Amino acid sequence: MPVSLANSGVVYGALKKCGIGLVSALPETWLVHLIRMAEDDPKMILVRLAKEEEGVGISAGAHFAGVKSAMLMQNHGFLASVNGIVSLAQLYRIPLLMLISYRGHFGERDPWQTQGGGVTEPLLRALGIPYSFLDDPAKVEKRIAEAQTWAYASLHPAALLLTRELMWEEPA
Amino acid sequence: MMQRLECLGAIYNRLEDCLVVTIMGAVACELQSLGHKPNFFYLQHAMGLGSSTGLGLALCLPEQKVVVFDGDGSILMNLGGYTTLARYRPKNLVHIVFDNESLLSVGGFPTATSTGSDLEGVARASGIARTKTVHSMEEFKRVFDDALKTNDLTSIVAKVDAVGPKGYVTELALLENRFQFKRHIERLTAETRRQGESKLS
Repeated sequence: MPVSLANSGVVYGALKKCGIGLVSALPETWLVHLIRMAEDDPKMILVRLAKEEEGVGISAGAHFAGVKSAMLMQNHGFLASVNGIVSLAQLYRIPLLMLISYRGHFGERDPWQTQGGGVTEPLLRALGIPYSFLDDPAKVEKRIAEAQTWAYASLHPAALLLTRELMWEEPA
Repeated sequence: MMQRLECLGAIYNRLEDCLVVTIMGAVACELQSLGHKPNFFYLQHAMGLGSSTGLGLALCLPEQKVVVFDGDGSILMNLGGYTTLARYRPKNLVHIVFDNESLLSVGGFPTATSTGSDLEGVARASGIARTKTVHSMEEFKRVFDDALKTNDLTSIVAKVDAVGPKGYVTELALLENRFQFKRHIERLTAETRRQGESKLS
């Protein structure tokens, strides 16, 4: 599978370095290695969801419990979570860290991903959720740490977009 | 038929040592009318995520009992949440749905439980073995007490009348409640840590 195992490892290592103790996830192609890494880590609480919005509640509970968490989802999962993000994470000032795989952008071959790709950034902007891109393995650790620092300083959701450049290795 | 306020009143004293999450509307308002406590968190929107918030708490704090007061309108928005509860089966979580078969706070529109959808059936089929529908106060108190004592996930469906308070806005600000709840848990976990350390030494 041309999902980058090495770069998934870089992302997972960065989450661990930030003290993430709980990850909620709904599988999608780009996230498979990351989810397996969470599954194989006895110190990580992995919560597999039926729908991504549940992850907002789980992260809120984790925050109240003093556990740092992250949500792993596709951009369509972010679209499916909007009410929870607004009426729990934003209303109650939860420092929600969202790692969103940015499907449907340039290079996407799956026609069904393209519409969601086009609205991901406009929607983040409309919600006032700051975001940065994970596109270079050398900068992943710093960008995740900075997003988390901001989320805790502002008590507000922050997003990191996992890009094709980082996650996908075109077969030769 | 039972009333939600009576049910809450009957178990109010048992909530002292639990972390309590309620959904919005009548449940939040009625629990506050009995007396707000720092271990109560009222999720005043995000319908469907009361049970998910409880699951996050229960998984992160296995030594604490977590009680979620849900409603039929809310859980119907997150039926998948039953499958996630069943999948992780937190031993320290008691999930109670007050099923009044109605979206009461918006004028009493009937929900699907009024036309036969059976939440106990959904919970059981989702994999929650300990689930029961209760219709009387005696039964409610007994099943709730059993759930608190039992070291297993329990989901109770309490059939109640579609009656509630006149208004839903209370004096307690949402963020005041949120920060107070988190501080309360910080004190609890610090205490648990100290007890753990004294046992070790």
